[in-house]
Amino acid sequence: MYDVIIIGSGVIGAAVARELSKYDLKVAVLEKSSDAANGGSTKANSGIVHAGYDAKEGSLKAKLNVLGNKMYDELCSQMDVKFKRNGSLVIAFDDEEVKEVKKLYERGIKNGVEGLEIWDRERILKEEPNINKTVISALYAPTAGIVSPFEFAIALSEVANSNGVEFKFNTCVKNIYKENDIFVIETNNGIYNSKFIVNAAGIHSDEINDMLHGEKFKILPRRGEYCLYDKVCGDLVNMTIFQTPTEKGKGILVSPTIHGNMFVGPNAVDIDEREDVSTTQDGLDEVLQGAKKSVSSISSRNIITSFTGIRSRTDKDDFIINVPERGAVNAAGIESPGLSSSPAIAVMVLQLLKKEGLSLVKNNNFNPYRKNTKLFLEMNEEEREAALKTNPSYGRIICRCESITEGDIINAIKRPIGAKTIDGVKKRVRAGMGRCQGGFCMPRVLDILSRELGIPKEAVEKSDVGSFILTGKTK
Amino acid sequence: MKRELVIIGGGPAGLAAAVEAHNNGINDILILERDKNLGGILQQCIHNGFGLHIFGEQLTGPEYSERFIKKVNELNIEYMLDTMVLNIDSSRKITALTPKTGVFEIEAGAVVLAMGCRERTRGALNIPGSRPSGILTAGAAQRFVNMEGYMVGKKVVILGSGDIGLIMARRMTLEGAEVKMVLEIMPYSTGLKRNIAQCLVDYDIPLYFNHTVVNIHGKNRLEGVTVAEVDEYRKPIAGTEKYVECDTLLLSVGLIPENELSKGAGIEISGITSGPVVDESMQTSVEGIFACGNVVHVHDLVDFVTQESYLAGKGAAKFIKGELSKSKKVISTLGENGIRYVVPQKINPDNVDDSVNFFMRVDNVYKNVFIEVLSEGKTVLKVKRPVVSPGEMENIKIKREILENINFNKLIFSLKEA
Ligand SMILES: Cc1cc2nc3c(=O)[nH]c(=O)nc-3n(C[C@H](O)[C@H](O)[C@H](O)COP(=O)(O)OP(=O)(O)OC[C@H]3O[C@@H](n4cnc5c(N)ncnc54)[C@H](O)[C@@H]3O)c2cc1C
Ligand SMILES: Cc1cc2nc3c(=O)[nH]c(=O)nc-3n(C[C@H](O)[C@H](O)[C@H](O)COP(=O)(O)OP(=O)(O)OC[C@H]3O[C@@H](n4cnc5c(N)ncnc54)[C@H](O)[C@@H]3O)c2cc1C
Repeated sequence: MYDVIIIGSGVIGAAVARELSKYDLKVAVLEKSSDAANGGSTKANSGIVHAGYDAKEGSLKAKLNVLGNKMYDELCSQMDVKFKRNGSLVIAFDDEEVKEVKKLYERGIKNGVEGLEIWDRERILKEEPNINKTVISALYAPTAGIVSPFEFAIALSEVANSNGVEFKFNTCVKNIYKENDIFVIETNNGIYNSKFIVNAAGIHSDEINDMLHGEKFKILPRRGEYCLYDKVCGDLVNMTIFQTPTEKGKGILVSPTIHGNMFVGPNAVDIDEREDVSTTQDGLDEVLQGAKKSVSSISSRNIITSFTGIRSRTDKDDFIINVPERGAVNAAGIESPGLSSSPAIAVMVLQLLKKEGLSLVKNNNFNPYRKNTKLFLEMNEEEREAALKTNPSYGRIICRCESITEGDIINAIKRPIGAKTIDGVKKRVRAGMGRCQGGFCMPRVLDILSRELGIPKEAVEKSDVGSFILTGKTK
Repeated sequence: MKRELVIIGGGPAGLAAAVEAHNNGINDILILERDKNLGGILQQCIHNGFGLHIFGEQLTGPEYSERFIKKVNELNIEYMLDTMVLNIDSSRKITALTPKTGVFEIEAGAVVLAMGCRERTRGALNIPGSRPSGILTAGAAQRFVNMEGYMVGKKVVILGSGDIGLIMARRMTLEGAEVKMVLEIMPYSTGLKRNIAQCLVDYDIPLYFNHTVVNIHGKNRLEGVTVAEVDEYRKPIAGTEKYVECDTLLLSVGLIPENELSKGAGIEISGITSGPVVDESMQTSVEGIFACGNVVHVHDLVDFVTQESYLAGKGAAKFIKGELSKSKKVISTLGENGIRYVVPQKINPDNVDDSVNFFMRVDNVYKNVFIEVLSEGKTVLKVKRPVVSPGEMENIKIKREILENINFNKLIFSLKEA
C-alpha cells in the first residue's frame, strides 16, 4: 500500500515526486513508457524557462511560471543540471506587432516579471546581429533561460528515487476505483493500492480525470515540429528569439540549446492521434519558413534531426490543478509554460494533498544533491584520475560527436533509475545526439547496455517495448 | 611527449602513409587509432574487390588492410589503439584520450590526418515521419552483420545506391532477409557499376531511380515507408506515393569526410569535398599537417586511397627533413563544366617527382566526352572517356614537365563533348 501514487513520469510527475520525497511517505510513480521523461510533452519541447509575461494576469499559468522560473537556479545547481539565463527577445516587424510587444511588457510587469525592457532596432541588432534588419522593436526578458527538459526531469526523478520514491515503468493505468477509501489502481502490470493519487498524465490526463470522476475537460492535442542544427550553427543567436505571439501560440522561435546547438520551431497543428509524434514535410517547411522571418540566413543546411512534441492543450484556458475526487489531485493539461512552472506546480500539488489529509512528516535524510553527474571530459584533472582508477573505460570515447566515454555511459546505466534503452542513454549523456545521430555509436551503446544489464543483445530496445534493433543471429 | 610524425587514424590511409614515411627515412612514427584494431572501415568490408590496382588481385577488405598492418609491424612502426584524438592545434599539438593513461598531449614534427569519413543519417536528410527502431545507416548494419553476427531485420528497403547500400543489399539477401528495393533519388547511381551488377541484378533486387522515401511509419519498430517518384528538382511528385511494408530501412545516402579535428586546427576546408584543401604533397593549408584518404574526399576504391596516402607519407617525411620546397610558384586547380572538384587543389611543381595524379568527380552521367585540362585557354591535355558518372572517380596523370611549363597559375579541368 502506497501513501501516494503519481500517474505519469513527465516533468510534472517528477517534480511532484521530488517534492514528496522530502517527507516520510511511501510513494510510487506509474509510467506507461519505458523511461522517465519519455512518454509525453517532456521529451520534446522548446526547453525554455519562460520569464512569465505571456499568460494572462491572475491565471495559474502566470503565477506558477514566475514562481517556477525563480526556483530554477537553486534546483539546477543542487542537481548539477545545466541551466543558463540567456534571456529572450520577442521581436516586432510592424506597427501591430509593436503594439502587441508593448502589451506583453505591461502584462509582464503585472505578472511580476523582473528586468523587462523594450529595445529599439539598434540595440537589438547590436546584441543579435543576425536578426533581420527590418526588426522595429523587441521585448527583452533577462530572466528567460534554457535547459534540457528531459535532463531536468530525469534529474528530478533521480533525486526522488534516491530519496525513496519508486518508479514503475511500462506500467499503464487502465482503471481506478475506490474500495474502503483506498484507491485501487489497475494497470497492465498488476494492481496498486494507495491513499492518495496525483494525476500528472499529460496528454492522457483527461482520461485519468474521468477515472477519478472529476469535472470534465478534454485534451485537444496539438503538434509542434522542430529542426535541430549542428553545433557549428550554435552561435547564430545568443538569446531565445520569439516572434510576436498570435492566438495560435508563441510563433516559431530561434534559440540556442543548452548544449550549444541551435534549433527552430515549433509550429502548431491540431491532431487527432495523441501519440503521433511524426514529423511532416509540410510542418518542417512551415517551421523553416517561419524561422526565416526572424533570421533570414536559416536554411535546411546543417540540420541534424527534426522532431515533434505534443502539447496537452485543453478546452479550458489554464492549467487544471484541482481535486477531482477526495484524496486525488489533478496536475492536468499542463501545456506551456509547464516546464518553467513545474517546480511551483509541485509545491501547489503538495498543498492540495495536505488539504486532502496527507500528513507530512519531514524526511530528515532528504538529500537534494545528485552524485557523480560529471562527464569524464568535463572533470578536472584530479577527478579524471580518480575516475580512471575506478574504471579505465572512462578513457574510451564511444560517442565521438559529443565526446562521451564508455565510463559515462556505464554511469548513466548504473545511476538511480538508470538508462535501460538506447534512447535512455541518449537522454542522460547525449551519446547519439550529435551530428551523426548515433550512426557510429549506436551499435557500441547496444553492446554496453547488453553487457551491463545482463540481457541478450536482441533484447536491447531503442525506446518503448517493441522497438528492438536486432532480429536474431546471422546464419 | 614529442614525436617526429603522428598519424591520426589507422585505416588504409594512415597505414600507407606510415609505411611510406618510414621508407623515406622517418623512424619516429606513432599511429593513433580509436578503434580496438587497425584497418579502419575495411574491417567490416568482408566482400571481395579491393586491391586490383595496387596488388593486381582481388582481396577482401580485411585481407587488403592485413597486408599493410603486416608491413607496419615488420617496420616496427609504433601504434596506439583505443586512443581517440580529441584535438589538434595549428602548432601540431595533439590531445588524445586512452583508457590506460587518460588524456595526454603530443608535440608532433608533422601530422598526417587520416580519419576517414562518416555516413549521412536520416536527420541530415530530414525525412519526415515517426521515429521507430529499424532505421540504420548501411554501415552500422554492416558492422552488426559482418562483425558481430547479428541480423538487423527481415524486410528491407534501402535508400540510396551508395556502395555500402548495394553491398548490404546482397549481404542481407544472403542472410535470408527480403530486400524489397533500392531507391535512388538521382537518375543515376553513386555506387560502382560492378556493385550494381553483382549485388542487385544477380539477386533480382529492383533499383528505382528518381525515387525517395517521403514518410516513415511505425511507433516502436518500423512498419513501413511511403516511397514516391521525384521530379527533376528532386521534389516528390504528388500521386506517385506508394506504401511499402518493411521493418528495416537502410540508409546509404552519402559519406561525409570527418573533419572536426581539421577545423579545430584552422585548416582550410573545401566546400565541395568537405575535406581539407591539399597540395601535390597532400599538405593542408596548415604547414606540417598532411591529409589523405576519405578525410580529404570520399573514395570508392581503396587503391586510390593508398596511392594518395603514399604521397602524404612521403610529403610528411620531406617536410620533417626540410626537403619540401616552399617556392612561390603555385598552380591552383579548378573543376568546370561538369567536373565538381579536383584534388589536389594546389600544385608546386618543384615538389613533384614524376607526375601528379589528379582525382576528380563529375556532377552527372555524361557519354562520349573529353576531360580537357586547360591553362590560359590552351589545352594542356585531353583524354577521351566513353562514359563518366558521379559514382566513379576519374583520374588523370600530368607529367612534371608539363606542369613546369605552365606559366599561368590556374589549371582548369573541364568536360567537353567528343
Ligand atoms: C511543442 C511544445 C513546446 C513547449 N515548450 C515549452 C517551453 O519552452 N517552456 C515550457 O515551460 N514549457 C513548454 N512546453 C510545455 C511542457 O513541455 C509541458 O508543460 C510539460 O512537459 C508537461 O509535463 P507533464 O509531466 O505534465 O506531461 P508529460 O511529459 O506528457 O508526462 C505525462 C506522462 O504520463 C504518462 N501517462 C499518460 N497516461 C498514462 C497512464 N494511463 N498510465 C501511466 N502513465 C501515463 C505519459 O506516458 C507521460 O510520460 C512545451 C510543450 C510542447 C509540446
Ligand atoms: C563500406 C565501404 C565499402 C567499400 N567498398 C570498397 C570496395 O569494394 N573496393 C574498394 O576498393 N574500396 C571500397 N571502399 C573504399 C575504401 O575502402 C575506403 O575509401 C578506405 O577504406 C578509406 O580509408 P581511410 O583510411 O581514409 O578511412 P577509414 O578506413 O575510415 O579509416 C579511418 C580511421 O581513422 C580512425 N579515426 C578517425 N578519427 C579518429 C580520431 N579522432 N582519433 C583516432 N583515430 C581516428 C578511424 O577509427 C578509422 O580506423 C569502401 C568504403 C566503404 C566505406
